[in-house]
Amino acid sequence: MKAFKDAGHLFRLASVFLVGGVLFLAFRGVLVPRSFGQYGHYRGNAIKETAALPISYAGHQVCESCHADLLEVKSKGVHKRVACEACHGPLATHADDPASVQPAKLDTAVLCVRCHEANLAKPKNFPQVVSAEHSGGAPCETCHQPHSPAIVAVAGGSQ
Amino acid sequence: MQIPVEGFMYPNEVELQWSVLIVLYPFLTGLVAGAFILASLERVFMVKAVKPTYRLALLTALAFLIVAPLPLQLHLGHPERSFEMYLTPHRSSAMAMFGFVYLWYLLAVLVVEIWLDYRRDIVVMSQCTTGWKRLVYRVLTLGSTNISERSLHIDERVGWLVTVIGIPSAFLLHGYVGFIFGSVKANPWWSSPLMPVVFLFSAMVSGIAIVMLLYMLMCRLRREPIDMDCVDTVAKYLFYTFIIDFSLEMLDLIHRIYEADESFRSLDFMVHTRLFLSQVVIQILLGTVLPILLIGLTQVVKLAAKQRKRIYVVAGCLTMIGIFAMRWNVVIGGQLFSKSFLGYTTYKMAFATREGLLTAIVLTVLPFVILGVLVKLLPPWPEKKSAISSVAVAAYGAD
Amino acid sequence: MSITRRQLLILLPAAAVAWKSILAGTPEASPNYNMTEHWWGMLVDITKCIGCGSCVRACQMENQVPDGYFRTWVERYHVSDYDIENPKVDSPDGGKNGFLPTSVSDGKNFFVPKMCNHCADSPCTQVCPVGATFVSPDGVVLVDQKYCLGCRYCVQACPYGCRFVDPKKKTAQKCTLCYHRITKGLTTACCENCPTGARQLADLKNPNDPIHEFLKTHSVQVLKPYLATRSKLFYNGLDGSVR
Repeated sequence: MKAFKDAGHLFRLASVFLVGGVLFLAFRGVLVPRSFGQYGHYRGNAIKETAALPISYAGHQVCESCHADLLEVKSKGVHKRVACEACHGPLATHADDPASVQPAKLDTAVLCVRCHEANLAKPKNFPQVVSAEHSGGAPCETCHQPHSPAIVAVAGGSQ
Repeated sequence: MQIPVEGFMYPNEVELQWSVLIVLYPFLTGLVAGAFILASLERVFMVKAVKPTYRLALLTALAFLIVAPLPLQLHLGHPERSFEMYLTPHRSSAMAMFGFVYLWYLLAVLVVEIWLDYRRDIVVMSQCTTGWKRLVYRVLTLGSTNISERSLHIDERVGWLVTVIGIPSAFLLHGYVGFIFGSVKANPWWSSPLMPVVFLFSAMVSGIAIVMLLYMLMCRLRREPIDMDCVDTVAKYLFYTFIIDFSLEMLDLIHRIYEADESFRSLDFMVHTRLFLSQVVIQILLGTVLPILLIGLTQVVKLAAKQRKRIYVVAGCLTMIGIFAMRWNVVIGGQLFSKSFLGYTTYKMAFATREGLLTAIVLTVLPFVILGVLVKLLPPWPEKKSAISSVAVAAYGAD
Repeated sequence: MSITRRQLLILLPAAAVAWKSILAGTPEASPNYNMTEHWWGMLVDITKCIGCGSCVRACQMENQVPDGYFRTWVERYHVSDYDIENPKVDSPDGGKNGFLPTSVSDGKNFFVPKMCNHCADSPCTQVCPVGATFVSPDGVVLVDQKYCLGCRYCVQACPYGCRFVDPKKKTAQKCTLCYHRITKGLTTACCENCPTGARQLADLKNPNDPIHEFLKTHSVQVLKPYLATRSKLFYNGLDGSVR
C-alpha cells in the first residue's frame, strides 16, 4: 500500500493519458467519414463523386443521332474515324439544348494544319503538306470538304 | 513567373513541390533526436562528464519538437485537414506514421522524462512562487506534492526506463524521416536503404553540436565557467558520430559513382552544376571535412582550454551549417532533376510567402524562444542564490 | 437544322434516354455500371500519333485542367542513331497546340503521348498518408478531392510525372481516366478526340474488348517496367529511348 502511495503521482499522470486516449477515440468515432473503408482504405463516396462530374464532350454517337446526314457523308471518306468534337469542340451543352446553344463557325485555316502540317515526327503514311506551299494561300475548303476531304470533283470531272 | 528549365522536364515537374520548409523539418527533428540521444548518454550509458548538459539537452529537444510539425503544417495545401492523419492513417505510408511517432515521442517519452526529472523542482516552486507562475507549477504537479525520498527514487527508476524506451524512439523518429525519402523508388536521388541511417547519424551530429553550442552560450550568459571536462567529452562524441556519419555519406556517394546506373549521368551533372556550392563546398568541405579536422585537432594535439573553446564554437557552427546544407541537398536536390533524366529545373525561394524564406527564419528562431521560456520555467542548472535556495539546495544535496 | 430536345425525345427515344442519364450526372444516373465487372487501362499506339495535341486540349476542356498543368501531354522525341541513349525531347505547353516543324532529319523522330499509367501497384497511392488517393475496384487511380491534404507526397512518388497540385484547389490532381465518362458508357475525352485512333480505352476484364486481340498480336510495352508498378498504359511501337 505504501508503494502505491509514493507512486500516486504516476497514477495521476497515467489517468491524464487515459483521458486523452479516450477523447481521441471518441473524436475518431465521430469524425471518420461514413463511407470510409467501404471498398478499401479510402472514402467510398469519393468514387461516386468523381463519377458524377459534368461532361463537356457529348461523344460522336450523340451527335450522329441527330446529324445522320453528315454521318452519311463522313462515313464514306477518310475522316470517318475522326470524332465530330475533335474539330467542332466540346458540345455537350448543344446536345442538351440544340435550339439555344449553337456551335461556333470553324476556321479550316487553323484546323486542318493542326493535323496535316508536315512534320518529320509524324508517321510517314499520314497525309501531310507544307501548307505555305500546298495551296498558294487558298483556304483548304476550296478543294477539300472537311467531312469527306478526297477531291471527288476533280476525279469525277464535273462542276 | 517563368521558372528557368534546362533540357527537358515532364511538364508537371517544373514547379518544385517541397520548399525550404520541408528542408527545415528534417533539420528540426534531427536536432530533437540528436539532443535526446546526448541526454541519454548520461542517463543510460553513465557518461557522468556530460551531466551538466543533461537537462539542457532535454529542454532543447522539447523546444525543437514543439516547432517540428509547424513547417509541415504550413506547407500543406489544406492544413485544416491534417487531423485526418490521426483519423485514418494509411499503413503503407511512411508519412502517416509521423503523427503517431511524433505524439509518442513528444508525450510518452520527452514530456514524461522531463516531468519526472523536474518533479521535485516543480513541487518546490509551486510552493515558493506567486501569481501566474504558481498556477503553472500547480497544474504541472498534477495535484501531487509527494516528494518523499521513496517517491523520488521511484521517479528515478521510471525515468531511467523512459530513457531506455526513448533511445529507440529517437532512432524511430528520425529514421522514419529518412525513410520518407529513402523509400521513394521513383526518385534515384532519394531511393537508398542508407537514407534512414544517414539521416539518423547526421541528426545525432547536429543535435550534439547544438547542445554543445547552447551549453557554452548559456554559461557565458550566466557568467559562469564552462565545465571543460563536459565540453571535451561532448566534442569527443561529436567527433566519433561525425566520422560515422561522414563514412556513411561517402559510402553512399562511392556506391553511386561506382554503380553508375541510368540516373548517374544526370545526377552527376546536377552535383557539378546546380548543387556544387551547396553540396560539395558547403555540405562536404565546409560543413563536414573542416569541422572533423578541427575537432580532430583537439583530439590529437594538446591545446589550451581557451583555444579548444574557440575551436568547438567554430566547428559547432560549421556543423550546423553543414547539416542544414545536407537536408537542403536531399530535399531540394531531389526535385531539381527530371525523372526522365533529361533536364533540370530551378528552385526560386520566395521571401514573404507562406512557404518563403521569412517563414523559415521565423520557424528557426521560434525554438530558441521556446527554449528561453522553458529555461526560465524549468532552470536546467542548480540554483544558487535565489529565494528558493534553501529548499532546492537541500533537495540537490541529497543527490 | 433545329431540333428541340422534345423532338429529340420523340425521334430517338433510346438515344435520348441514354443522353439524359449522361447529363444528369448523379451517381444514380449510371445504375447499370458495376465496378467489379471492369478493369480499365489504355492502349497508346505510337505509330499512329501525329502530335496534333487534340487529346491535350480535349482533356483540359473536359476536366478544367488549370493552365500550365497537364493530366495528359505529348512529347516529341528525337533520337540520333549515334547516341540512342540520350534523346532530345520537347513538349512545348504539353504539346497542346501541336509542334513546330522538326528541323533535325538524322535519326528517329516520333511523338509519345503521356498520361497517368493507372498502375495496379501504384507508388502514388502507396504513400498517401490519409487514404485520399486510391486504386478504385475497377482499376482507376483517383484522388478524393474532399479528403486530400495537399502534402504532395504522391506527386514525388509518381515516377511518370503525372500528378500536380492544383494552384487554386490546393489538392493533388491527375488523370481520372475520365471516370465520369467511362462509367456512363462513353470513352475518355482524349480517346474520343484522337483523330487517328492512337489512343484506345481498354477494359481488360471484358473478353470482347479488342485490347485482347491487340495484346496477343503486337509487341507492347509499358513505361519504366523496372519499377514494377504494373502499369496499365500499354504502348505499341515504344522506342527503348523513351523514359
